[in-house]
Order: sequence, then structure tokens, then C-alpha cells
Amino acid sequence: MAKSRWFSKPAGRNGTTVSNMPEGLWVKCPRCAEIHFAKDIERNLRICTKCDYHYRLHANERIALTVDDGSFNKIDDHVVSRDPLGFPGYPDKLARAMSSTGLTDAVVCGEATIDGRRCIVSAADFDFLGGSMGSAVGERLVRSMELSVEKRLPFVLFTANGGGARMFEGLLSLMQMAKTSAGLARMERAAVPYIVVLTDPTMAGVYASYASLGDIILAEPGALIGFAGRRVGNQDMGMKLPDDFQSSEFQFRCGMIDQIVHRRDIRNTLSTLLMLFAEEDANAQASA
Amino acid sequence: MLKPLLDFEKPIAELDSLIEELKRSAANDERRREAEHDNVDIESEIARVEERREQIMREVFANLTPWNRVQMARHPMRPYTLDYIQAICTNFIELHGDRINADDPAIVGGFCQLNGRTVMAIGHQKGRDLKERQHRNFGSARPAGFRKALRLMQLAARFRKPIITFIDTPAAEANLMAEEEGISRAIAYNIQQMFHLPVPVIVAVIGEGGSGGALGIAVGDRVIMMEHAIYSVIPPESCAAILSEFGRDRGRASEAAAALKLTAQHARQFHIADCIVPEPLGGAHRDAAAAARALGDVISAQLLELESIPTAALLDERYRRYRAIGSWEEIEHAAVALPLPSSHVEGPLS
Ligand SMILES: [Zn+2]
Repeated sequence: MAKSRWFSKPAGRNGTTVSNMPEGLWVKCPRCAEIHFAKDIERNLRICTKCDYHYRLHANERIALTVDDGSFNKIDDHVVSRDPLGFPGYPDKLARAMSSTGLTDAVVCGEATIDGRRCIVSAADFDFLGGSMGSAVGERLVRSMELSVEKRLPFVLFTANGGGARMFEGLLSLMQMAKTSAGLARMERAAVPYIVVLTDPTMAGVYASYASLGDIILAEPGALIGFAGRRVGNQDMGMKLPDDFQSSEFQFRCGMIDQIVHRRDIRNTLSTLLMLFAEEDANAQASA
Repeated sequence: MLKPLLDFEKPIAELDSLIEELKRSAANDERRREAEHDNVDIESEIARVEERREQIMREVFANLTPWNRVQMARHPMRPYTLDYIQAICTNFIELHGDRINADDPAIVGGFCQLNGRTVMAIGHQKGRDLKERQHRNFGSARPAGFRKALRLMQLAARFRKPIITFIDTPAAEANLMAEEEGISRAIAYNIQQMFHLPVPVIVAVIGEGGSGGALGIAVGDRVIMMEHAIYSVIPPESCAAILSEFGRDRGRASEAAAALKLTAQHARQFHIADCIVPEPLGGAHRDAAAAARALGDVISAQLLELESIPTAALLDERYRRYRAIGSWEEIEHAAVALPLPSSHVEGPLS
């Protein structure tokens, strides 16, 4: 069937569907509604050529954009979540997320270089159950942190976790907030740099744990970043919310973010930060 | 007399008022004479009804559903943090303020004595009447509350005083102001810093363990749960409203409560709670003094245990405890493996 050729995109990605048009060839910008030739968007780091909207990236795309070609060595993707609660529908959801994304859970971690500087990198994938944090995500992140401490390599982490803690794993997923923060307490004590890049979306249990604990916190422009959804706690009280509530720009204004960095500048900013940290580290070691 | 607040408490409350009525009669000379005249022995009648009440309570409380547990955890008559502190500790001096710009009444804390030694007690505080409930923001803490709690924990740590936290919150505050003041960062930072506290930390979940708002003061070396307390990643109402499995219907919260496995018994199974403190029959609110005694005894015993552990080992053990939490497995061929349902928790480190 000729049509199947057009359906090459993974399902669920934001802004990619244009009704009455073959999927995959054209995309409609969720912000300015402009219809683009998909290839143009791909060539532009998946940023809208008209309004600068940053489309969500898959974890693998994010890593490819960030690290030196061929430098990424994936770790721990054989760690997978179980279904500890016997939660209705969870095994099916996990299986579907795996087959639609080709990933084994919502974060991809590995060792890589950025401009030749070694680091541990982690990127989340929103299309895997909303990027939510279950036991596998917690375990992979803590292993990455432990590896960072052991090798004294900076940890660079990209969020994209609209789901927060994964409710299908109940209390165990809530506790991943503590587990990841425990890992970061160790990094803090060991003085190994931890750099967070907040991308769309970063919410709830993820934002209220490891995403807020970066030594440096960067964010892409226009990302949704916040504690609880717009409706929770605000509508009932008739509170007027600013138009940019829970955006990168809002969080920056509130003092929660060091810099908002355009996607095309993220690699350079990270490279410079790694250089600055490394210089400090070298001096510290020289004087020790 | 306790008002029948929950459906399953109604038959008990009816017998409560009958017993009260009988006791009033027993104290009234005229009524006593009438009863004697009718050959009724009020004392044995009271004993009979009390026995009946006990029997009904045993039946009701042996068969609580997960949703009933949620109702119990939120029971408006339940003892709150300050009730427990007043009952268990002496010389409590409440300490206020985050030293930045606010004091959040949804979290209370201060130095006090437990068995004659100084400890820091901190907890979420709900209100009893409408006015106090609003004042306490229903136990939902703002960033200032978490910052105050951390200030008090670090103060205690500096003077080598153990810390006891009482958990009882539906969730952290999530409104515009909380977001502006950095609620997420406040919770995250507390969780992280609690791993550095060089003193024993005991966590007692006395009512609602409401997700991040609970965890923000709940990282410890021992986690105790009261029998009818709950601990959950999300309120069952919200879970039901989100998931198609429950028809995206808040009204099906009881099903979500069952699916979330949020009872103290489940927390124990998941190795997140170390022990469960049995409550008086009918719940802590039916005999708050007995509930506090039971909790106080467990805290005292655990404190004794923890105080013998050297600081480095204590911190190491705290790290390992949380490091091990989760239900995951390692598979060989990542690309083809599908997860299997499992009824129990497994992890190489647990
Ligand atoms: Zn656009």
C-alpha cells in the first residue's frame, strides 16, 4: 500500500499531524500553525522556521545533536521496569511504548564527549509514557550518577518528563524522587558537576526532584516547566494566571533557571561550561 | 461523642450514642429507680451494648477497603502532628519562619524532649475547624514551609539532635504563588539535603502521605506508618480523573485507590515502611492518647537503635536504603523483551 510509506513517523509526537495530508511529509507548528515541509524542520534542528517554536526531540535525536559524532556509549538500557502493583493496563502500556519508541524506558544514558570533553549524558523521551519516572528511570539515573562520581565526569542531563513520577508504579515511583536525589547528594559531596537542561515538558515529580537540583540549570525557550498542571490549585481559586505561566521564561523570572538557551546554542554552552568546570577541577587537583 | 463522619462508622456511632444514653440514665436517680422497677440492670445493659459495639467494630475494621483507608487517613477527627507532639514529647518550643520572608503554618516544628533528651520534631499540620483549616492551608505546605523545615533540620543536625518528622498532607500547595516561590526546588532541595543530615531521622506517616509534599520532609533512617495512614504518588481522585482505565472519572477514585496500593500494609510490602503501628480499634481518633503512646513507644525504640550507629554508617545506610527502592530487572536483549507482570517487588539491591 503506497500510503504506508508516509506513515514513517513514530506515533504521538507533537505537532506532526496535519489532517487531510499525508503524515510525515508536512508538519503544522503547534504555536504559529504554519505548515512546513517536514524536511525543512528537520534541517533546522526541529525548530519552527517562522516562530522559533522548539519541537520536542526524541532522546536519540537529542543525544545526536549534543555529543560528538560516534562518541556515545549507551549504558544500562537493559534495566527495565516491572509491574509491581499489577496496575490495570500497565504492562500493555509499557510494551506499546517500547515498540513505538524503540526504547526500553523513558531515559537514555551513556558516556560521551562534547567537543572532546568526556561526560555522562542522559536524555529523556517524552513519547515513552510521557517521559514519566518509574523504577527503571530511577535506577538508570542513579547508576549514571554513581558512574559520574566514580570517574569524576560531569553529568549532563536533558529532561522531557511531562509525566512526573509514573503513577502505574505507585509509591515506588514516588520514591524514585528520593532515590535520584540521593544520587545527587553523593555528587554534591564529591563535587562532580551536574548540569541540567530543561526541555519541553518538565513537570511534577521530576521537576520536584533531580530536574531542580542542577549545579547549573539551563532551559530551552518556551518549554512547559512546572509543579502541577494549570488546573490544579488555580482554577478553583479563580486565580488569574500569567499567559506564560509555567514556561521557561516564567521560571527564569522566578529565579529557577540560570539561562534560557536557544537549541542551536546548547551544545556550545555545554562545551563552555564543561571547560570552565574542568579548569576549576584541574586547579583544585594541582593545589591538592 | 464522636459524630458519624464516615458511612462505615454510622452503626458504631449509633451504639456510641445508645451507650451514652444508658450511662446518663445510670447517673440519674429517677431513671435508675424506673429501671429497677422494670427489672432492668443498666450496668449489664451497658456491658451488653459495649460488647456488641466491639464486635461490630472488629467486623468493620477487619474489612476496610483501600478507599476506606483513604477515608480513615483523612478523617477530620484524626490526631494531627501537634496532637502527637503534645502527647509524646515534653517542653515543646515551637520555632517559626523560614528566615527568608515567611512562616508557613502548614508545617510546624520545634525542639522538645522525648524520654528526657532533646529532639527536633517537625510535621505537616492540618486544622481542626474551618478557620484553622484555612489558616493551615489544609496541611498543604508552601515553599516557605519546606524551607522552614530544612532550617530546623539543619539546626538540629548542628547540635546533634535527632529529628522526628510527622507526615500528614494531601499534597504540596500548587497555586501560582507556590510556583513563583519555587515549590519544586524547595521540595527537591529538602529531599537532597536530608541525605546529608548527620543525625538519626525518623519519619512517622500519621495520616496522608501525599506525594512530593510528603516526601519533602520524609527522607529518613526509619519510616513508620500508622495502621490507617496512606502513602501515595497521586491522590486517587486525580489518578481516576486522568486514566481511561477508570473512565477519566473522579467518582471512581475507590478503584484507583485499590490499584495504587497506597495502604500502610503495601508500603511495608514494598520495603518503604519499616513498621506499622496498630491503632486503637476504630482508628486513632477513638483513643488519641493510646495511639500516641503506641507511636511514641516505637519512635523511642527506634531512636535507641539508631543512636548506636556511627554517623558515617548511618548516612551510608540511609543512602543504600533509598538507592535500593524500585521494581526493575535486567534483561539481556533490550530490543525484544517485553515486561511481565509481577506480583512482588524484586531488585538486586533490595
Ligand atoms: Zn511556528
